[in-house]
Amino acid sequence: MNEAPPASSGHVSPPADHADKSRTLVQRIADLRAWLFLAALVVGFEIWSRTAFGGTFIFNPFNITSIAIFAVAPLLLATGQTFVIISGGIDLSMGFIMGLAAVVAAHVINWAAPTMGEPMAVLFGTLVAVAIAMIPGFVNGLLVSRLRVPPFIGTLGMFGVARGVAFLLAGGTTVPVKNGFFAALGNGRFLGIPWIVIITALFVLVMHYILSQTRFGQHNYAIGANEQAARRAGIDIKRHLLRLYILSGICAGLAGVLYAARFTAGAAQAGEPLLLDSVAAVVIGGASLFGGSGTIFGTVAGALVIAVIQYGLVFINVEPFWQFISVGVVIIISVLIDQAQRRISGGRQSE
Amino acid sequence: MSDQPLLETRHLSKNFGPVQALSDLSMHVNAGEVVALAGDNGAGKTTLIKAISGVYRPSSGQVLLKGREVSFSSPQEARESGIETIYQDLALADNLSIGANIFLGREPMTKKFGFLPVLDRKKMADAARSTMALLDFHVNRLDAPVSNFSGGQRQAVAIGRAVYWNAQVLIMDEPTAALGVPEQRKVISLIHQLKAQGRGVIFISHNLQDIFAVSDRIVVLRRGVMAGERRISDTSHDEVVKLMVGG
Repeated sequence: MNEAPPASSGHVSPPADHADKSRTLVQRIADLRAWLFLAALVVGFEIWSRTAFGGTFIFNPFNITSIAIFAVAPLLLATGQTFVIISGGIDLSMGFIMGLAAVVAAHVINWAAPTMGEPMAVLFGTLVAVAIAMIPGFVNGLLVSRLRVPPFIGTLGMFGVARGVAFLLAGGTTVPVKNGFFAALGNGRFLGIPWIVIITALFVLVMHYILSQTRFGQHNYAIGANEQAARRAGIDIKRHLLRLYILSGICAGLAGVLYAARFTAGAAQAGEPLLLDSVAAVVIGGASLFGGSGTIFGTVAGALVIAVIQYGLVFINVEPFWQFISVGVVIIISVLIDQAQRRISGGRQSE
Repeated sequence: MSDQPLLETRHLSKNFGPVQALSDLSMHVNAGEVVALAGDNGAGKTTLIKAISGVYRPSSGQVLLKGREVSFSSPQEARESGIETIYQDLALADNLSIGANIFLGREPMTKKFGFLPVLDRKKMADAARSTMALLDFHVNRLDAPVSNFSGGQRQAVAIGRAVYWNAQVLIMDEPTAALGVPEQRKVISLIHQLKAQGRGVIFISHNLQDIFAVSDRIVVLRRGVMAGERRISDTSHDEVVKLMVGG
């Protein structure tokens, strides 16, 4: 055996922890792969930009803000999705919950502005939209936790319901918002940084705190790894899952409000193309779709990777369809790295 | 040692509809004693430990802890009273550290910057280190997920959790079944240490060698009834097998 301390004879001592230090280095690198991807992409676009146009890509503040604004909505969806995926589930309804929230925010802000004044109407509309977004989240939570519907199916049903309700409320069209304060929130800046980026950054920090520093976050990891162990440890899984899907609804609701602010209009299809981007961001960020692993900062990197690819390819004037191919390739590479890492570190996902 | 047993069952019965899984079973475990529970599949071993640990309510009979009758409606209640069950499939969250597993479901919190509640990882790591040292298991990577450890080490973590929460009675269901031979030896040595700490252990196993290596007494069940009870020093493999299969 290893260099287990020579215990008194006749007594077999459990060996000291003999985990290999070099493994942790490989793991660290694999954990940071999304950031490495991001760095490689930025360097690649920078080189291309300098050779092709003789101009800088990343040192141009306009590009940076554009990418950040681009990443806002997918990132908000992806933070909620990170929690859900770590728990071993998935939330397919987020995109249309976002659309629903955008439509509700537009209607309520328009309706409330004459009586409350513009700023209060925006606050009120935001609260109502996020509260409405919690309802489909609540139903998702009930389906998954109490009725034991698989998350994929339950949230797929809610995908349809939220979509239909959003289009009905919007009357099949987009709902313009006439509110100067809301438009300033969606397009204005503070110290050169767009307000919606600041709001998103603060929200992401709060979500990071919840995932990494609270019991809720800790239980989320435990449930994703071994639900039975979590139950035996006395964790109330039903209550946890209910709150989890409500949280996911809140993320989608906030994304919808910020979308409505940016475009000064609510659209039911606002989040439609973003759902799969959100799942992709989580996976590129290092989470496992089997549950039990993932971080918010990894997801931030994953969302930025997607945004940089999408914006960068437009910037260097490549046909937009290459975006799909590039994002797809990055997802596949990311999953391959994940699996290689598990093999190296002797993970037990095949148990 | 006082003459009062740590854990005692009196005339314990459990039926599932017409099926009598356990009938009129009386046994006890003293402090610092390891009692093996043996019997063929379906003999009622699992029913007995589930009736003791709060998973099932007994149909009739009593469970006494330190002489006082107890009735648990859930495994949590049993655990809070100091009866911990360690299942063979290891109730650990593989992705969490030893400390996080020890505290799973009852994580300690502390305040950062004086106001922000955060998980007290230092306390969890300290508890992991001291508890594992108590089991003669020395770890230097307290932040590593338990999936990095071997089967025997993970078994030690499960036992460590019970020890940390000061379980007086540990029920171990086939703790060596999934392990290789060297690892089995280590688990046996862990059980010796639990015994030396004055805890009571109920040890279920199919492996007579393990039973003879670690137990003080053996209780043999057959078809839900007590087939015999022997001191290990007074019995032999052959006799135990005869009790198990009957005849």
